[in-house]
Amino acid sequence: MNQKRKIRILVAKPGLDGHDRGARIIARAYRDAGFEVVYSGLHQTPEEIVQAAIQEDVDMIGLSSLAGAHMYLFPRVVELLKEKDAEDIVVCGGGIFPEEDIPKLKRAGIKEIFTPGTPLAVVTKWVEENLKPRG
Amino acid sequence: MFNKKELEEIAADNKRWQRIFKESVSKTPERLERFSTVSGRPIQNLYTPLDLRDLDYSKDIGLPGQYPFTRGVQPSMYRGRLWTMRMFAGLGSARDTNKRFHLLVNEGQTGLSTAFDMPTLMGYDTDSPRSRGECGRCGVAIDTLKDMEILFEGLPIDRITTSMTINPPASVLWAMYIAMAEKRGISRSAIGGTIQNDMLKEFIAQKTFMCPPRPSMRLIIDTIEFGTKEVPKWNPISISGYHIREAGSTAVQELAFTLANGIAYLEAAVERGLDVDSFAPRLSFFFNSHLDFFEEIAKFRAARRMWARIMKERFKAKDPRSMWLRFHTQTAGCSLTAQQPYNNITRTALEALAAVLGGTQSLHTNALDEVLALPTEEAATIALRTQQIIAEESGVANTPDPLGGSFFVERLTKDIEEEAFQYIRKIDDMRGMVTAIERNYPQMEIADSAYRYQEQISSGEKTVVGVNKYGAEEELPLKTVQVEPGLEEKQIQWTNRVKNSRDNTKVRDALEKLGEAAQRDDNLMHYIIDAVKEYATLQEICDVFRDVFGVYRDPGIY
Repeated sequence: MNQKRKIRILVAKPGLDGHDRGARIIARAYRDAGFEVVYSGLHQTPEEIVQAAIQEDVDMIGLSSLAGAHMYLFPRVVELLKEKDAEDIVVCGGGIFPEEDIPKLKRAGIKEIFTPGTPLAVVTKWVEENLKPRG
Repeated sequence: MFNKKELEEIAADNKRWQRIFKESVSKTPERLERFSTVSGRPIQNLYTPLDLRDLDYSKDIGLPGQYPFTRGVQPSMYRGRLWTMRMFAGLGSARDTNKRFHLLVNEGQTGLSTAFDMPTLMGYDTDSPRSRGECGRCGVAIDTLKDMEILFEGLPIDRITTSMTINPPASVLWAMYIAMAEKRGISRSAIGGTIQNDMLKEFIAQKTFMCPPRPSMRLIIDTIEFGTKEVPKWNPISISGYHIREAGSTAVQELAFTLANGIAYLEAAVERGLDVDSFAPRLSFFFNSHLDFFEEIAKFRAARRMWARIMKERFKAKDPRSMWLRFHTQTAGCSLTAQQPYNNITRTALEALAAVLGGTQSLHTNALDEVLALPTEEAATIALRTQQIIAEESGVANTPDPLGGSFFVERLTKDIEEEAFQYIRKIDDMRGMVTAIERNYPQMEIADSAYRYQEQISSGEKTVVGVNKYGAEEELPLKTVQVEPGLEEKQIQWTNRVKNSRDNTKVRDALEKLGEAAQRDDNLMHYIIDAVKEYATLQEICDVFRDVFGVYRDPGIY
């Protein structure tokens, strides 16, 4: 009985930003694409997100931010994953980011950044092409 | 509106015309299989008097300034006074935003509107661990009354009205504004403005939370009761559909949930013992103006008619002013695109025009770069100029409700009204909005609509110019506002200085009294004003609420 494990994704909203329309749509799109999805709900600290990711044994964290605090919050999540020896969990980001922040976020360990207008199919396909379920 | 004989003739003509139409379409097919609005409402190939058979002119449409106010709340509408051009602004420190306010007033803006940063919106100080990275990003940071004093320095707050977009800690920011005015020698009865203070739509859509729904209602009714008695020119609540729409609702859901929230506040205030006509004239509304031009105009018209009917029939209001649905409008942020951002000027102009044709009392037009960052001065000025062009060049302000009587617009108005009333009945059956929210009903309805809309864009069924059609390889460069680095540290140090110079015994005393009053049924506004006057911080006050009332957590449904 070697059933293939599904890819597990935590969609998370770090910080105080309340814009959750995108995060919730992405969570549904991932679910409809056949992944297992956990949605953190709003107003999570980076610490809470990393703890949930480890507890839920996810393969990827999708962070959403639309209120400008991403330069602190996103790298902080990657940092905490390293501290917890969980850096095999892939971190992606979606939302509104000034152009010049995107290379900085990637250098900080955010694997991919999705900006407004990205078709849902592109977002889900990225997971299929770049992630393998762990274990 | 037409007699039986006329209608029979029109029906016969129409039948003939539909045959001609079919023939024409068989040669040149229509562009789309299905014509529908942004909200997915199907649109007919033609509207005629036959579509208005269930409407009565005097009962349903009537005259401007007359019940049921479909055509506007004022008899002269914009022939008397134009709408208030009120641009939402706030960034960085109180000092930075004060500068922007002066600029806007000098450019001819007639009201102020304040955007706060996330920590302020959630009732945290800048030095809270939860505030890290957020200071001044999407609005101005306010920690104490000192910041409020600086924010309005040199601005004529006795002549200009101020709107503050603030919800869970609305009572605290309002208390700071009142205290600031009084320190300048302006009495609370002389100041005018609005606090948003609409928590129900926060649980539904915008999602800035502090305490659970029921104690949140108590705080709101405290402000309404206090305002009615002591700050008569202030709107203590702005019942808002804007954020419901931004979260992805349809036009009907925006309207229905907003009015259902209004009903919940009214019922709670009446339960407190307030007479409807004593406070209802001070309730104001706030809607979104989205891209579907006629659907939006119809929504605004239906909103006025519905509210008038609700107030008269359900709440037995007698004062016509209680029946007026006065509203602010903001163009739809969610309709703007990061791609080819200059196109946003056109989108905003169309949405602003719909708001004006819908009879708005005040208007914010989004700047073309607001999808990316806070607006630059240049972008904010273009947005204000857009309103001035509509007001003073286009001629649309020359007569009230210029689309009244349009077969299409009247039919849409009636349909939207009926569908929105169906939602309201459903919510009544759940014993009102607070319970509906606790069951996540409106939240799920909106999430479904948002997902449906996104799928339509992804499949190309709905066009977004510059995104899923007419994309460009090269984008015109756009300069965006940057928040000053080091602002967070500076703000924390500044607030520490304020804390060091105040009388901490008096602060503790004021906070204790507030906590005790919160456990009783006292109206909390006086206690809050006392605390802010001692320079208690926003979070110190909000922590009292969190301790006494508990903290609301997002259920995280999707």
